[in-house]
Amino acid sequence: MTSHASSQSASKPVRYSRTAIALHWLIALLMICGFYLGWIMTDIPGFTPTKLKYVSWHKWIGVTVFALAVLRVLWRATHQAPPMPVAMPTWQKAAAHATHALLYVLMLAIPISGYFFSSAAGVQVVYLGVLPLPTFIGPDQALKAILRTTHIALNYTLLVLFAMHVLAALKHQFVERDGLLARMIPFLK
Amino acid sequence: MNMKNTSYRRVLAGAAAVLFAAALPAFAQVDAGKSTVVATSKQMNVPVDGTFKKFNAQLTFDPAKPTAGSANLSIDTDSYDLGDPEYNKQVRGKEWFDSATFPKATFVSSAIAPAGGNQYKVTGKLTIKGKSQTVTVPVSITQQGATQTFDGSLPIKRTQYDIGSGEWKDTSVVADDVVIKFHIVAAKH
Repeated sequence: MTSHASSQSASKPVRYSRTAIALHWLIALLMICGFYLGWIMTDIPGFTPTKLKYVSWHKWIGVTVFALAVLRVLWRATHQAPPMPVAMPTWQKAAAHATHALLYVLMLAIPISGYFFSSAAGVQVVYLGVLPLPTFIGPDQALKAILRTTHIALNYTLLVLFAMHVLAALKHQFVERDGLLARMIPFLK
Repeated sequence: MNMKNTSYRRVLAGAAAVLFAAALPAFAQVDAGKSTVVATSKQMNVPVDGTFKKFNAQLTFDPAKPTAGSANLSIDTDSYDLGDPEYNKQVRGKEWFDSATFPKATFVSSAIAPAGGNQYKVTGKLTIKGKSQTVTVPVSITQQGATQTFDGSLPIKRTQYDIGSGEWKDTSVVADDVVIKFHIVAAKH
């Protein structure tokens, strides 16, 4: 990656690596689709062919998000993230780090809770309708109800964090105008 | 008229049962607790098991005279359990089993042919939702003391029996192929 840093800390990148940027946007897109599908499919009463399709797509998206999120966490752990603007107050940096950490946790926890919810409901996940994935727990009505609630609660938490994440990014771009977004959107700078 | 017909049938069935019990002491008594009939469908390529909780089987089988044997199965279609009360209710409806009109699915054997070892080919008429097909089921029969065990599985095409009508005719969502697997334990008295 090219670095425009003129100081001695030339190793500090000004933006996320291409891989991190690709993973960020890909996962974001998939999570939005997965969330939307989850939202509308649960509004369909009983079961219909459309609902079955939506539920399957929702699960495939979840599995994909999980796999990509694992990659992303590993990538993040082994690659330095660009620094936040110097002018940014410490509490804001801390809040940003906490939000990012929680988003990483949810990227993994939401698919896991959904996956186990499906298993507890006695429905195996067959990735893309081709690859049967292992089931770690058998059908369990009580656990199914708990996992369902957990899956939903985690998603509402995600919705709140997502809103914070987007609003903070917009504030940096349009209020502070500190160029923070260029770390994740290369063509902005 | 319907009720009259039903009670008349009940009396007849009761009388027949008494007669049979008296006339055929070798008649095998099915152990409902140990016997299972499971129909597995594929939804978006995900195998989904449903268990018929209520069924009756009348089996006469003598390994020394296999061709003289017979099998009669009567399954209560409204007892199909997918592990979810809402789904169970739906599957009893008109589009699927239509249990109100067709409460029983039946199999009546017409011939039993030895197929080597403890394997037999049982041919008979399978009737589901008022539609009949002649099928041949491979069955393995084991005898332990007074207990006989009948194991087999029969692949069927659900559309041949009009199971899943209307929008459910779409076999890309719920596959046409359904496997009925049975494990019937019977004791001779």
